[in-house]
Amino acid sequence: MRYHPHTPGDVRQMLDVCGVKSIDELFRSIPEKLRLARPLDVPQATDEISLLSEFQRLAARNQTEHPPFVGAGAYAHHVPPAVDQLLLRGEFFTAYTPYQPEIAQGTLQALFEWQTFVTLLTGLEISNASMYDGATATAEAVLLATRATSRGKVVVSAALHPEYRKVLATYLASTGDEIVTVPYGPDGRTDLAALEAAVDDRTAAVVIGYPNFFGVVDALPEAAAIAHRAGALAISSTSEAVALGLLKAPGDLGVDVAVGTMQSFGNGVNFGGPAPGFLAIREGLVRQMPGRVAGATVDRTGRRGFVLTLSTREQHIRRDKATSNICTNAGLAALAATIHLSLLGKNGLAHLARLNFARGKQLRDAMKRAGFGLRFTGPTFNEAAFEVGDAEAVVERLASRGIAAGVPLSRWYPGDPRMKGALLSVATEVHTPELIELFAQTVKG
Amino acid sequence: MANPTGWKPSMEKGAEGGEAQEVGAMGATRGLAMEEALVFEQGSPGRVGVSLPPVPAGTNPAAEIPAAMLRPEIPGMPEMAELEVVRHFTRLSQWNWGIDTGFYPLGSCTMKYNPKSSEALARLPGFAGAHPLLPSSMSQGALELIWKLERALSEIAGFPATVMSPAAGAQGELAGLMMIRAYHVARGAPRRKVLIPDTAHGTNPASAALNGYSTVQLESGPDGRLHPETVAKAMDEDVAAIMITNPNTLGIFETHIAEIAAIVHARGGLVYGDGANFNAVLGVARPGDMGFDVMQYNLHKTFATPHGGGGPGSGPVGVAAALVPFMPLPVVVKDGESFRLVTDPRERPSTIGKLREFWGNMGMFVRAWALIRELGPDGLRRVAELAVLNANYVRARLKGHFNLPYATDTLHEVVFDDQLQKDDGVTTMDVAKRLIDHGTHPPTVYFPLVVHGAIMIEPTETESKETLDQFVGAMLAIAEQAKANPEALKSAPRKPIRARLDETRAARKPVLRWTPGMKVE
Repeated sequence: MRYHPHTPGDVRQMLDVCGVKSIDELFRSIPEKLRLARPLDVPQATDEISLLSEFQRLAARNQTEHPPFVGAGAYAHHVPPAVDQLLLRGEFFTAYTPYQPEIAQGTLQALFEWQTFVTLLTGLEISNASMYDGATATAEAVLLATRATSRGKVVVSAALHPEYRKVLATYLASTGDEIVTVPYGPDGRTDLAALEAAVDDRTAAVVIGYPNFFGVVDALPEAAAIAHRAGALAISSTSEAVALGLLKAPGDLGVDVAVGTMQSFGNGVNFGGPAPGFLAIREGLVRQMPGRVAGATVDRTGRRGFVLTLSTREQHIRRDKATSNICTNAGLAALAATIHLSLLGKNGLAHLARLNFARGKQLRDAMKRAGFGLRFTGPTFNEAAFEVGDAEAVVERLASRGIAAGVPLSRWYPGDPRMKGALLSVATEVHTPELIELFAQTVKG
Repeated sequence: MANPTGWKPSMEKGAEGGEAQEVGAMGATRGLAMEEALVFEQGSPGRVGVSLPPVPAGTNPAAEIPAAMLRPEIPGMPEMAELEVVRHFTRLSQWNWGIDTGFYPLGSCTMKYNPKSSEALARLPGFAGAHPLLPSSMSQGALELIWKLERALSEIAGFPATVMSPAAGAQGELAGLMMIRAYHVARGAPRRKVLIPDTAHGTNPASAALNGYSTVQLESGPDGRLHPETVAKAMDEDVAAIMITNPNTLGIFETHIAEIAAIVHARGGLVYGDGANFNAVLGVARPGDMGFDVMQYNLHKTFATPHGGGGPGSGPVGVAAALVPFMPLPVVVKDGESFRLVTDPRERPSTIGKLREFWGNMGMFVRAWALIRELGPDGLRRVAELAVLNANYVRARLKGHFNLPYATDTLHEVVFDDQLQKDDGVTTMDVAKRLIDHGTHPPTVYFPLVVHGAIMIEPTETESKETLDQFVGAMLAIAEQAKANPEALKSAPRKPIRARLDETRAARKPVLRWTPGMKVE
């Protein structure tokens, strides 16, 4: 076994040093009746060559030949090969959480850079070292808001990602906090009159997608103002972070906590995970922030270095009084995003964001030419909901041709008759104009 | 800005000569580690590190999106060419210690070798490029892999079913406690308390608190074990569950586990297992057979998926039959010859709901399944055997040189402390920092909390006898130096690119992001 270096001679010598006759004897503290008396019932061991072909066969049963036109929280973008080659440096990917900062400066400085990128993109002052994903980051943001305001009600837009709302409901099931969902209007944006009516002096936070689940640029500044008038926090949640290269930063629109995922940078869609969740806050909320954070300091000779800091908020110190139970987060996925953002830089990000907007427009135009209008009138970035008649049939028909068309919105909004024929689809820089045109024509059938 | 890291050439003086000899032939020597500024302190206006198709002429976001919602660019973003970025992250990597660099005996973290073939497999386009919302007809391979891994994990830990979605061990704990809560609610009331031994990980009480439970700490006995009398005394009808790590964080098997489980079950409580130390019993014993009702696996520990400097992890949760109805969604089921995700609560009306976006950390599933396939039943058992052998070998060799606070048998890890070094003024922290100069990552220190100045060593099965001998040699040299020249230990580490860092300063004057002109002094 290539991962087990012990020769029979090694084992003998080591047992002698331990003063036992057999390896079995080392397990004597496990009562006989609790031991497994048979081999595990799992498939027999295989060699590397068979392993590769077995996994290739499995992977081939996923149809990924064409770039997916489905987004809805996970976005297929071009990841430069440089990202993955750097990520594969074993010093990064086989390191643990940086508990010994002197020999983890690489991870720590990269986390500090990640935190800086997150603050630049969100326009807020502080970011933590990453969260599990966009959905749990959103739930943690709400928990943060309930602690910061000592209030127990959260008002959520129905245009926030439905999966994020489900996760939030799961997280709040045991806290007794109340979730009020406000509808969206014909423009696909949060209904501000309904929001105004729902927010009161018991409200801890208002949560808005940015862009929202329909790809629409939601009324974030107006929603933030409504939240603030009631003394609540404004939370924005972003699953397509490339949009933040074009749209004004949430922090500049009044948002107090910006969360979401940076999966679009440096990370594949990976069947939904892992992805680097992010959480950024205004400075005044730092004591309530969940998760790890890297900070700059100096070593004993005065050189700048980095450490994990403000750990008195965290579970390993505060135990049941911690701001969260989060421990391991999404470090390597955050590093991938950091490397990609470094490559993009100021000009590359602006370029990528405009290109995505342009592809979104090409998709809307191509669909319009094919006879499919938009479900919502509000402005969109690279994703939009189209009226295609029978959306489920379209998805099934395109699947038979190896194309992932999008998601029928009626799956997530079964009670809303407006969603009956709505198909949510995206186009990014990986979709060429020719492919987009072909897609629209194929939807037409 | 010319020298933002604060490094000066004079700092290298005196770093050579006798020092290299002092740590011996296998110790760390100072290689060419390059000073490296932040990306935000580098580059030059106009540079870019990506190649993208042009933005089509006439693209005008302002024609559709209100101008007040747009920004032309983000000030402060770096502007670097590809090579600058490549060198930057290559240099940062060289400041890091990884399993690929050397021994990493972090107790309770199970830093075993992460197979390279798993990286190749996880990068197959069919896995990495599969969108989570592909129709199930287009994602049968991914679903089949999840289903197979779920079946294997359930068998390995002895549970009828396993929840695959949790993003990490702590989220697995959260999921387990949510299911326990739902189970009690279905029987009338959630109950209010969770019992947690004093050896537990901090995530245990934090996860309990997130579920609205208050925690009752149980003292372990003088042998490092939890005793049935202690549990019986604390147990009542208001206790929802007990959370036990077995073997515990001292590396000691909780011999009384079956009796403890019976006591808890008799009063209607459930038994939660923290699977952080599952490596110790793989193929030897199964938590599901010991009375545990639920346990989280840490695929990034036991099943060798990379830790990545702090994640991503993956924390599937095995559950007993009584908890199956409450499992969070999705679950993957096999219908005839095809696989599908159950996501609709109408199919599982008692589900606690959804824990995270989509289905789980697929990238980790691929790697974990690859390891299980390559090891097979005998290889899996061999993991525990060699992990326990390695830990006991280190224990036997260090005993007498470092104090062993518990004489009880240990399995995959062993906890020493600094009692024998204390009189010379040398602490666990000094030992840890000096180990770095010897070319090894320090063990987990100051945990578990029941041992003052704990040094918690977990070698894992993938380390050779030579590596263990080097580590032992370093520890013995440090024990010697603690007697002969304790002051020298205080200035350790001297070899890495940075000396001991001022953590107090970091917390008192937090600098958590780069800002233009940033200075840290």
